[in-house]
Amino acid sequence: MLTINNAKPLIPFNDSVMEFLNELSLMILQNKECKEYSDIVTFAFWCRKASLTGIKEQYKNDKIRLGRGIVFHIAPSNVPINFAYSLVAGLLAGNLNIVKVSSKEFKQVDLIRNCISKLLENEQFNFLSDYINIIKYANEKETTDYISNLCDVRIIWGGDNTINEIRKSLLKPKAFDVTFTDRYSICLINADKYINEEYSDLESPIRIGKYFYNDVYLFDQNACTSPHLILWYGNKENIEKAKNTFWSILYDIVKDKYEIQPSSIIDKYTAFCECSLKLSDITIESTLDNRIMRINLKTIPEDIDNFKQHSGYFFEHTINKLDDLLNIINRKYQTLSYYGFKKEQLEILMLKISPFGIDRIVPIGKTLDFSLTWDGYDLINTLSRRIEVVS
Amino acid sequence: MIDINSILQIEPYSIGKEEKHKILSSILTELTQHHIENCDSYRKILKSFSLDINKITNYYQIPFIPVRLFKSYDLLSINKSDIINTMRSSGTSSQIPSKIFIDRETSSHQQKALVKIVSSFIGSKRFPMLILDAPPSIFRDRNSFSAREAGVLGFSIFAYNKIYALNEDMSLNIKEINEFLENHRDEDILLFGFTYIIWKYIYPEFTKYKIDLSKAILFHGGGWKKLENESVSSEEFKNKLFECCGIKRIHNYYGMIEQTGSIYIECEKGNLHSPLYSDIIIRRPIDFSVADVGEEGIIEVVSILPKSYPGHVLLTEDRGMLLGEDDCPCGRLGKYFKVMGRLQNSEIRGCSDAYHQ
Repeated sequence: MLTINNAKPLIPFNDSVMEFLNELSLMILQNKECKEYSDIVTFAFWCRKASLTGIKEQYKNDKIRLGRGIVFHIAPSNVPINFAYSLVAGLLAGNLNIVKVSSKEFKQVDLIRNCISKLLENEQFNFLSDYINIIKYANEKETTDYISNLCDVRIIWGGDNTINEIRKSLLKPKAFDVTFTDRYSICLINADKYINEEYSDLESPIRIGKYFYNDVYLFDQNACTSPHLILWYGNKENIEKAKNTFWSILYDIVKDKYEIQPSSIIDKYTAFCECSLKLSDITIESTLDNRIMRINLKTIPEDIDNFKQHSGYFFEHTINKLDDLLNIINRKYQTLSYYGFKKEQLEILMLKISPFGIDRIVPIGKTLDFSLTWDGYDLINTLSRRIEVVS
Repeated sequence: MIDINSILQIEPYSIGKEEKHKILSSILTELTQHHIENCDSYRKILKSFSLDINKITNYYQIPFIPVRLFKSYDLLSINKSDIINTMRSSGTSSQIPSKIFIDRETSSHQQKALVKIVSSFIGSKRFPMLILDAPPSIFRDRNSFSAREAGVLGFSIFAYNKIYALNEDMSLNIKEINEFLENHRDEDILLFGFTYIIWKYIYPEFTKYKIDLSKAILFHGGGWKKLENESVSSEEFKNKLFECCGIKRIHNYYGMIEQTGSIYIECEKGNLHSPLYSDIIIRRPIDFSVADVGEEGIIEVVSILPKSYPGHVLLTEDRGMLLGEDDCPCGRLGKYFKVMGRLQNSEIRGCSDAYHQ
């Protein structure tokens, strides 16, 4: 069924692979239909040569590496474009890839698959056919068993239930799983800066609002990177001012761009009531309507991630010193998006408090950017192996 | 406290808008106070809305409890020892059922309200009753009722002789039905059942036999549940049943286990009516403001009956539309409306499960 027997692992960032991805990028950007999907366009920009060459540079000094062999990707059912990033990570690391895409119909998946197939017909790239196998099946365990027993690495793009289910299919002893579990993400805003700074155009409150909107609403606040808890840092007065500006700007954007479904409103309202039952020291912030719902937390319970909702539902908390983050972050925490801090400041902070969680720290607006380092895994190094040659 | 029993003596469709508003406002604010005092969970929820209960003068201002909360929490305003029965919504295996705790007083109010409402349609005499369902299992817990059992039990009060149309395996008990109809040849017959049970198990069977139910009055409710995709209009439902067995008088009703008793019955003109003991408010999803007549929204239901549990003001997950108040051509006073079905489940994006979708 799969024609992968004759192909061999490649070195990471193989020239033909880079060339192929660049051509794919061009083809997508010239395709009218593809261009209607912002997620496809973002993907195409990400895999054009200039962008990938930049990433390749970071791996320049590496010793001899080769792809691990066969990588089995299990893509999630709700983020259509994810399969493409996963595939590219596997290709760039030098592997033969079997990508299981969701059995749900996604236009984005079909469009990208078509481009890939067309490009593979090109004589120059023909040999890559063995390295790219995109398949669809209805989660039958036998199929998962078969491929799991074939692969060297299995990438499971969560949630937790999926991971547990897929793990019932055994891997070869030497093979391993890369799992992306259910995560919780937060946003940290320096109110002193937000209020007082002379804004460059890129950092005006309206721009920040748009960035934040994208982080939250493009995936209905349901991507693992979407912030649910907003931490405010700064003096009390500034925080009050910052909150007012921040939320009223967001409200206008949401009102203009986002259509919330009535059943999502029921979800949020029910969650509201559950929070009043289960959490102590909370106050519900009154908002103009049900588009944005906000809850103030005096203390943050350990299991706050269990209370997360979607479609515009936020917890807020004030921290007096950055070290307080240590008491908040646990293993579940993934992305921390920020405004008003320097990169170095946050690097030093992480080393100082050394928390169990938080794998990515990015400015507001960049939470959805795909990176070859994800959930703490360097995907290129994880999906390739180093051959040690000693003289 | 206002005596609910005295209200339950008043004819259900005899009071006009303004007076009804006054009656409901005063009873429902009293009930709100009662639940605040007697139910910790209810008190906590109301507290987080930072609302001054003393300022509430109008039942439209009372915060609503989402019905789903009765699935995850035991909400009651009585001592556990006073529970005489627990009613459960007909949750399918994948759903958690709601649990509603009833004491003697609330149970009695429920029964009185139901009698008053139904008898305003069929009079107060008793009928031979054909229940369009299967008999309850003999192994069932006698203190716990499903929505189906509670409905059957409630309507049984109008019966002097009753049989079940289905066997326990949901096959038609045609032999007993024929005997029953033969014995009550000259009488009006009361039929009761759940819409989707009738549609799925009764109607296809009835078409196979020549059954004459031209003297029957049918009450059915409960919506379409899992048969949502098979859902037929109320009109079509009536026509089909008339064609197959000649039933002319068919009344759909809207009600829920969370407010048993104060049901909304469809009149001869095809409109659902709110009795004096309960009301509906159609809310706009985006800000929960009150929708206009003819505008679709989420249905809020209020009822004066729930005293043993804080279910007097509830936000349902149903879509509905107010058609008017006090001026239905059938002559009944009160709001009349229609129900368009359940809210569609959210299709939310995000990194959720790859496997279980």
